Amino acid sequence: MAQISYREALNQAMTEEMERDERVFLMGEEVGFYQGAYKVSQGMLQRFGEKRVIDTPIAELGFVGVGVGAALAGLRPIVEVMTWNFAILAADQIVNHAAKIRYMFGGQAKVPIVIRGPGGAAHQLAATHSQSLEAWWAHVPGLKVVMPSTPYDAKGLLKSAIRDDNPVIFIEAELLYGMKGEVPEEEYLIPLGVADVKREGEDVTVIAHSKMVHVALRAAAELAEEGISVEVIDPRTIRPLDTETLFRSVRKTNRVVIVEEGWPFAGVGAEFAYRIQRECFDDLDAPVERVTGADVPMPYNKNLERAAIPDVERVKKAVKRVLYL
Amino acid sequence: MAVVVQMPRLSDTMEEGVLLKWRLGEGAKVEVGDILAEVETDKANMELEAFDGGTLLKVLVQEGQRVPVGTPLAIIGEPGEDIEALLAGLGVPTVRRRVEPTAVEAEPAKPPGLEAQRVVGERVKASPLARRLAREAGVDLAQLKGSGPEGRIRKRDVEAAISAPRAPEEAVRPAPETQARPAERYEEIEPSLMRLAVARRMSMSKAPVPHFYLTVEVDMDKVVELRESIKDMAGDVKITYNDIILKAVALALRQHPWMNASYVEGKIRLHKQIDIGVAVALEEGLITPVIRNCDGKSLGQIAREMQDLTDRAQNRKLKPEEYTGATFTVSNLGMYGIEEFSAIINPPEAGILAVGAIAKKPVVRDDQLAIGYRARLTLSCDHRVVDGATAARFLNEVRRLLENPLSLMV
Repeated sequence: MAQISYREALNQAMTEEMERDERVFLMGEEVGFYQGAYKVSQGMLQRFGEKRVIDTPIAELGFVGVGVGAALAGLRPIVEVMTWNFAILAADQIVNHAAKIRYMFGGQAKVPIVIRGPGGAAHQLAATHSQSLEAWWAHVPGLKVVMPSTPYDAKGLLKSAIRDDNPVIFIEAELLYGMKGEVPEEEYLIPLGVADVKREGEDVTVIAHSKMVHVALRAAAELAEEGISVEVIDPRTIRPLDTETLFRSVRKTNRVVIVEEGWPFAGVGAEFAYRIQRECFDDLDAPVERVTGADVPMPYNKNLERAAIPDVERVKKAVKRVLYL
Repeated sequence: MAVVVQMPRLSDTMEEGVLLKWRLGEGAKVEVGDILAEVETDKANMELEAFDGGTLLKVLVQEGQRVPVGTPLAIIGEPGEDIEALLAGLGVPTVRRRVEPTAVEAEPAKPPGLEAQRVVGERVKASPLARRLAREAGVDLAQLKGSGPEGRIRKRDVEAAISAPRAPEEAVRPAPETQARPAERYEEIEPSLMRLAVARRMSMSKAPVPHFYLTVEVDMDKVVELRESIKDMAGDVKITYNDIILKAVALALRQHPWMNASYVEGKIRLHKQIDIGVAVALEEGLITPVIRNCDGKSLGQIAREMQDLTDRAQNRKLKPEEYTGATFTVSNLGMYGIEEFSAIINPPEAGILAVGAIAKKPVVRDDQLAIGYRARLTLSCDHRVVDGATAARFLNEVRRLLENPLSLMV
């Protein structure tokens, strides 16, 4: 199987879908001539031309709105935001329009738009460029929120997102673009709303999404050396959430640690924890633990930044806490 | 005059009981025989009847509380009767009610002598999983010591309690001097394979096979007479009562093929051969050597074969084909003085005959009281194969043969 990077996987997904369906097009800042701020759309302008790979001005509210309108008119836009931090400017289009039009028009109109781009912290980009805002979008009924953690998942999920008739928030991890992984040559799709067991284990379930999956996997590997068997579950889509896979794992291990890069208060892990205690109350042998980003704006200072993001040590400690070790 | 209802001793071994549910509330009218409450004992859930009528003036034990036998549970008397003195005599605090009604509810009156113990319903720290496991296994969380933070009981603590049920109790509540330590109370041994086989087969029978039982009393006078007269005729081998019964059963089976049958996988097999198993007690369990074609053999032959099989069974020398494949079984505990019992069917046979002791009894003969030999036979039947009437006819045939034992000789 071919080893390709996360950004190549995304590129392949868009390319394949644009070839398959001529209504699909890509727009956003720097997606064309510059080949993408993070080089995700490399080669696409040459391949599909200026009508289908469209550079936009720095005006998030405007071009996301254009995307919503295009979707309403029958096209299937992929709108790249340079980072999800900037998509806050387009929140009115996303929250008030994309998410609600199908509902408000009684199903007579649909908005098959994918809004995608990097989220989360990278290296020292400071408070306004290092945010994990998935909880904001997942909070809104009408939006689907997808967060792939591997090249394989990124390609399969993005293709499903493009084919979905509803607005999909597709949050990539800035630090994962260069990550390589196996992606098959042949076509495949990963349905939205299906979690993935990234590692099987017996003692504790660690639920992590996006970049944090890799932190969880490293912690699991280190804990295995201490004789602790950790199961790592990646929901892959925050909404719809595959609770069945989570519950099955919790019923097996009786202990849960949820890891997320975002802030703790009203974070997505809070929702996971609620659902688990609601449905698996009699299967829990310890309170559900969360490991989250620090409840502060992201510091610019390198050491402080590191301290504000969940790391292997903190996950290991949380695992031991739920094991009462 | 107010009376105190106490936790009754509802079984010989009962030391304490759980007040599961009050059927009547304070202020309710009570008549003698009314069900006051439901009580859980070590054996069963029972209903607590009122022995006195009146009004239920006060409930002293909350639902879910476990209290020793003799603990005051409630007071029954006349409405408005002054029971303060009575309560004080029982050591129940009474003043709180007037001060702060909610305080009474929040702090249920503890029966005397219980202060040192934790009581069911009191807050016990336990994980939800531990609670569920304890509930399913019938483990009392209050008796466990938790290994989690601040003594929280968790899965592993309950599992430990399930695998060693008495030990954790000792940990929190030291046993009185007189009580033997768990190790002395029993010795745990690995059952022999034979014991395991008996256990498996008997539960295999009793659970799925719908048993029913019929008993007759047989006049054994003539059998006793017969045995006396032929006792020494067979030479080296003694003919036992059991041999005579075997022969009678075999002949009766010939006439009642439905008793010589098996229910196997939804079909009924009527066996063509009459092969009777005889339960032989060994130290480790029991085994049923088989007399093949029992109906066609003479009493002497049966006696000789039985003697040989029994001897070799005691020495564990039987070959498998000698103790498997019976079509009916006879189990005789008469030699132990057992007058009557019900045996569990050895599957897949349709019946087993339990033979009690032949004993001298006062009997009515020609309207006169006389002394006669009697034995009680109990037939256990697989209701999937035979019904009561079929079984009764068979059993009556066995009786007829035994009461006319000369017919066994022809």
